[in-house]
Amino acid sequence: MKLKAFKAAFPYTIPVLMGYLFLGIAFGILLSSNGYHYIWAILMSVFIYAGSMQFVAVGLLTSIFDPLGTMLLTLMVNARHLFYGLSMITKFNDMGIKKFYMIFSLSDETYSLLCSTKSPKNLDKNWFYFFIALLNQSYWILGSAIGGIIGSLFTFNSKGVDFAMTALFVVIFINQWQSNTNHTPALIGVFASLLCLIIFGANNFIIPSMIAILFTLTVKNKPAKERDPQC
Amino acid sequence: MLTNSNLIITIIIMATTTFFTRLVPFIIFPSNKETPKYILYLGDVLPYSIIGMLIIYCLKNISLLTFPYGMGEIIAILFVIIVHVWKKNTLLSICGGTILYMFLVQTIFI
Repeated sequence: MKLKAFKAAFPYTIPVLMGYLFLGIAFGILLSSNGYHYIWAILMSVFIYAGSMQFVAVGLLTSIFDPLGTMLLTLMVNARHLFYGLSMITKFNDMGIKKFYMIFSLSDETYSLLCSTKSPKNLDKNWFYFFIALLNQSYWILGSAIGGIIGSLFTFNSKGVDFAMTALFVVIFINQWQSNTNHTPALIGVFASLLCLIIFGANNFIIPSMIAILFTLTVKNKPAKERDPQC
Repeated sequence: MLTNSNLIITIIIMATTTFFTRLVPFIIFPSNKETPKYILYLGDVLPYSIIGMLIIYCLKNISLLTFPYGMGEIIAILFVIIVHVWKKNTLLSICGGTILYMFLVQTIFI
């Protein structure tokens, strides 16, 4: 039964396999080019497992030790995850012990895959969802390991490799833009942040941006799309 | 560079905070209770706004007033937009955009 669920889950994860391998490699190279052993890239991908946060983390690891700032920045960068779970409350409800891993591994890609994928009939759906989540994370760990090892074996100019994160967000932005007719929330996000960046500067604009976004969204309370009961 | 113990503490903070952000909705809104409409609304719209914010976050250190005026970012982002709208291939968009950007900042806009 488990093997059957695994085999059924794998094809759905192939797009994530490609994306995570490349991003993971970029992350591993970036971290090791900053002087860190590749074991750290692997440990971060096993225990943190948050793509964008790990790129941001490289910046934190190359500056001074700042526990409170680390926590706040993690909260800010991952704040969108606070809302992913809302769509999964019923889906994960009867998953038993696997539920903890499902919550831990709810990354952007796993979230969107779980939202858009229905378990095939005659399968244990809990194992099917579990293997989607597990396969996705294993691609991310594998990519980080490859990148970290490449980065430590060869010295080459990795300047600009962090653009992979910018490109990822631009791609997600386009996908969201095309899947939806109400572009107001996306535009609020861009322009509120831009305004806060100009006013507060590069180091202090994330928290004001979040407040401005929450405020504007609350004032303009209009759903982005019809709620999808499957998700 | 951080010392190993500071590095481990930083990683633990990032790991627990990330898990916390993913766990919160399951604590606040158990499946046997109804989730408030306002929260469902935020759950719908916030992901769109946050991605917009993260793009700005990625671009926060560009200086438009000094060379190269953010040209590397602008060209590479335009490339990603055009290729992604055209081909709809995530890997091609991200991989191509990153390689183009690395080429630009290493050879032209140094």
